Amino acid sequence: MHSVVCIKQVPDSAQIRVHPVTNTIMRQGVPAIINPYDLFALEEALRLKDRFGGTVTVVTMGPPMAEAALRKCLSYGADDAILVSDRAFAGSDTLATSYALATTIKKIMGNMPVDLIFTGKQTIDGDTAQVGPGIAKRLDYQLLTYVSKIVDLDLEKKEITVERRAEGGVQLLKTATPCLITMLEGTNEMRFGDLDDLFRAARYDLKVWNREAAGIDDAEMIGLKGSPTVVSKVFAPRPRSQRAEMVETVDNDPKNLAVTLLAKVFTQHPKLEKEIAKRAG
Amino acid sequence: MSEQPKKPAKKKVELDPRFVNYKHVWVVVESERGEVHPVSWELLGEGRKLADALGVQLCGVVMCGPGERGAGICGEAFTYGADKCYLMQDEVLKDYRNEPYTKALTDLVNTYQPEILMLGASTLGRDLAGSVATTLGTGLVADCTELVIETETRNLASTRPTFGGSLLCTIMTQRHRPQMATVRPRVMAMPEADGSRSGEIVTVPFSMIETSIVTKVLEFIADDTRDKPNLPFADIIVSGGRGLKKPENFQLVWDLAKVLGAEVGASRPVVQAGWAELDRQVGQSGKTVRPKLYIAAGISGAIQHRVGMDGADVIIAINTDANAPIFDFAHYGIVGNAMTILPALTEAFKAHLAQAKKAG
Repeated sequence: MHSVVCIKQVPDSAQIRVHPVTNTIMRQGVPAIINPYDLFALEEALRLKDRFGGTVTVVTMGPPMAEAALRKCLSYGADDAILVSDRAFAGSDTLATSYALATTIKKIMGNMPVDLIFTGKQTIDGDTAQVGPGIAKRLDYQLLTYVSKIVDLDLEKKEITVERRAEGGVQLLKTATPCLITMLEGTNEMRFGDLDDLFRAARYDLKVWNREAAGIDDAEMIGLKGSPTVVSKVFAPRPRSQRAEMVETVDNDPKNLAVTLLAKVFTQHPKLEKEIAKRAG
Repeated sequence: MSEQPKKPAKKKVELDPRFVNYKHVWVVVESERGEVHPVSWELLGEGRKLADALGVQLCGVVMCGPGERGAGICGEAFTYGADKCYLMQDEVLKDYRNEPYTKALTDLVNTYQPEILMLGASTLGRDLAGSVATTLGTGLVADCTELVIETETRNLASTRPTFGGSLLCTIMTQRHRPQMATVRPRVMAMPEADGSRSGEIVTVPFSMIETSIVTKVLEFIADDTRDKPNLPFADIIVSGGRGLKKPENFQLVWDLAKVLGAEVGASRPVVQAGWAELDRQVGQSGKTVRPKLYIAAGISGAIQHRVGMDGADVIIAINTDANAPIFDFAHYGIVGNAMTILPALTEAFKAHLAQAKKAG
């Protein structure tokens, strides 16, 4: 079987700082990582390969430096890696990105039919969760989002059964392959790659495709031109106009601080006092 | 929606002539097994403001199975501000599935042509919005925290956090319609229901047969909600962060929560460290909450946490660092060690409640 896993290299958002004057992201020293949600997608594809054999191809769209993220995926056990990289993609929103990736995947299918496409549930930088559904729609594939478990896969019958996280419960869904799955976080744990894969990853001649090589003939569909959304403003969150009212006592003894705080809060918010009294009943 | 903030666009972009007749504001009223997700009412409250700013109607979209209380849901939508509801009831819409719902909503949009289409950023809303926006080839902005109409162009300016909440960006869909947006639960205030309001129900037939739908729902396993935290709708939350130093000390958060009948929340670092479950994480990568009281103990107030709890009515912060960002947006602050202040607060609340009870 053949799985394609779409990943993204992202700045580690936990370590991002914003320049206080220019309101721009300070990238210096912020490590670029594989979007953590994508690792659940990759691990699931690798597990299916363990069971059924076959090939796992990893794809990313990004700048040349995204090659490092692909090599990391190879070291975990992915078989092939494709970097789709071209200045023409700059400024792509999720609609343009899903077009570029779907077209790339069609090109991959020309070489080897694809059974499953995996993505993470969302990225940690954009947080949109839109590219996976977009790719599925463009390929006219069934879409299974927030999948927590692959229950059954029948390659002969081309059928897959999964558990999907829904509002208020879990759906047990059965559909036809090929389809697109976005994996929910925490559903598996990324393996440690073995030494062979580590060496192979370092030496591997991974493919770098520009727009033409990826089979994207219509440049109007990608980049700024292919993006219906435009960013009109980027800014840092405003501080509240007033700083917190600080509660202090002469001795700063915890007990006195607590009592003073309560008196203050309940005087200014009598409704809150009633609410708490009601609950504690 | 953009994956990365781009340089602000300078040029004015005109609306594509194909869309000049697109009018009115729509909200998808999300229901499953007859239960409406509260985020839909929050969206109607917000949609009302947008519709009034544009001088157009606010319409709800209700899609459900034939046996479900479709008209009843429409009636409720009117009390929350809708002028009209499009109701599609069909056997294939009984359980949420991407394929029939995408077709149903896409058909409705193509027929009745709204200028704005909003959905809750739930698992259903996000699944559906991404597919519908791609089918229509229009712009979609996820997890908006502010929606405003630009008077001059009548465009929707959607503001959302990006890079884990470090920055906000305002995004517009200038050429295409409808302008689509999703909003997370509890980001917008719940409107007051007005029982005197009513509206028009437009029943729309849906022509899709079960045999043409590839994905089948074999079973729905409802969550056991007895022990599941429901932070987004909690009225009082006590949250703990890294300032508690050790996992054992997180118990102090539970102790105070118990006295207050509160839910327990946590910052991202302590959830990652395993002190609290994922369902309790408050922030950009966790839950958005809107309690009447939020007590943050040993939480520095990183922006990623702030975007999830900024909507609380009263925020009390305890932190050893007087310069911690949390004091910039909390209402009350104590500079001190959460390990000693929390037990003192627990006792103070206990004593106060006992006294209040005695006073009757």
